[in-house]
Amino acid sequence: MDPSASASPPHAGLDTAPGLPLAVEQVDLRFGGIHALRGVSFAAAPGQVTAIIGPNGAGKTSVFNTISGFYRPAAGRILLGAEDVTHVPVHARAARGLARTFQNIALFRGLSVLENIKLGGHHTMKGGVLSALAYGPATRAEEMALRAEVERKVIDFLEIDHIRHQSVDALPYGLQKRVELARALAMRPRVLLLDEPVAGMNREETEDMARFILDVQEEWGVTVLLVEHDMGMVMDISSHVVVLNFGEVIASGTPAQVRAHPQVVEAYLGAEAVAA
Amino acid sequence: MSEFLEYSLLGILSGGVTALVALSFVLIYKGTGVVNFAVGEVMMLGAYLYYAGTVSFGLTPWVAFGLALGVLGLLAVAVERLVLRPLSGQPAVAVLMATIGMASIIHGGVEATWGGDTYSPPTLLPRTPLMLGEILIPGTVLGNFAVAALLIGGFLAFFRWSKTGIALRATASDPVTAATLGINVNYAQRLTWVLSSLVGTVAGVLIASSAGLSPLLAAAALSVFAALILGGLDSVLGAIVASLIVGWVEAVAAGYLGGKSRDVVPYVVVLAIMVVRPYGMFGTRTIERL
Repeated sequence: MDPSASASPPHAGLDTAPGLPLAVEQVDLRFGGIHALRGVSFAAAPGQVTAIIGPNGAGKTSVFNTISGFYRPAAGRILLGAEDVTHVPVHARAARGLARTFQNIALFRGLSVLENIKLGGHHTMKGGVLSALAYGPATRAEEMALRAEVERKVIDFLEIDHIRHQSVDALPYGLQKRVELARALAMRPRVLLLDEPVAGMNREETEDMARFILDVQEEWGVTVLLVEHDMGMVMDISSHVVVLNFGEVIASGTPAQVRAHPQVVEAYLGAEAVAA
Repeated sequence: MSEFLEYSLLGILSGGVTALVALSFVLIYKGTGVVNFAVGEVMMLGAYLYYAGTVSFGLTPWVAFGLALGVLGLLAVAVERLVLRPLSGQPAVAVLMATIGMASIIHGGVEATWGGDTYSPPTLLPRTPLMLGEILIPGTVLGNFAVAALLIGGFLAFFRWSKTGIALRATASDPVTAATLGINVNYAQRLTWVLSSLVGTVAGVLIASSAGLSPLLAAAALSVFAALILGGLDSVLGAIVASLIVGWVEAVAAGYLGGKSRDVVPYVVVLAIMVVRPYGMFGTRTIERL
């Protein structure tokens, strides 16, 4: 199946290319004697929401950090679209359409909301005198205009216009999470990794965030891969769920299939629950 | 009164070069978290290369200056790649010791090559003094201040508005996140070392061409610590303001209490201020949970 053809809902918001498929193939990751990931394989379908769940220490964040490029797997590969990016440095993956948020909010303190979001568009700008000569002022102006347009849309979309000039330090937690998502969207991603997007949020904030994630996926056709502990939210918004336990994939499928899987029930509730 | 005005004015003007040296420290500390103890030696090496270019090879001062900048810039690239990057992730003390080691190597190399004599390299700037009523301001003091002010203004604008400057700030504040946004962190850190080295070279050449050149020049960087502590190691603006204050205190102390007091009084003043503001005037306040 041709991913670019299948994953093209009309993305009215952003002038981006549609979501790319992401595949993790037989990834092995070790830290000294600890075998953090063992032959992990799964795929995130283009333009869909895929979730990774699992108990604490199952290796969820390790998977994310390997996809981002912070960890080099001992074996296996990461495919972004058709390209093997296993050995591509972290910063170069941004240019290939990979964006992420962090479990602990990673905004630049001391900068305003808008400045933080603008940094998301950083990699799209050809800076410096040489490239200005090479690409010409017209291309540059066009790029600037497109960037401003994306920033405006992202800010409208996430309903953070009223705080755009505030410093991020003073914002409530839920809004900070939203600004971090905005910055990731300003990167015009084709694959978006969300590390616990609703951790620590109250019911209302969680519902808002779930709605934003679905809108991002539906309107812009971005491939979304998320790690989350809030089961209700995962089951509501994901089309595909991957379950990790002790660094291995123990189940994957639709939310309904995964919920009924005996090994998943065991991992979450203990062996007695299965026997009972 | 006019005496006080004269001391004050000369002090504040001489604070400009102090601010350049402080900037050289702050750039590295902000950008890479390293306190670079080789700043004084970088200044000294730059100044000696300038001297060698003009006097030994007979180049015009501006050409020699440009060459000194080029050599020190390349040296910074090499040091970042060969010494500092392999040490990344090591404790701060290890990196600090490496900078002290580099300082001794440069210091020894310079003394072995040029000896301990004092030289007078040609001045880079015109020496026309300025008369302000009764007060005479030497041309070098004025020129040094002008160059320092231009350079510092340029840096502030660069960090505030340019794409690269913003990328450097982002890298300084959070390298991991900066990398995921597409900023090449290795490149940013290399650039930080190069910029700091260039600023140090400018300061070294300015000091050498107005006050003479000897291995003692490296010690000039140590006297900047009063300003650094006062301004906060991680604040560019703080370093500038504090340098002007320290320059002023030094000049006034030297004027009224005699030349020797200029080494002592600034530290006493800084100590007094630190009691009230332990993070410096502009430094980042950190709260440690115990």
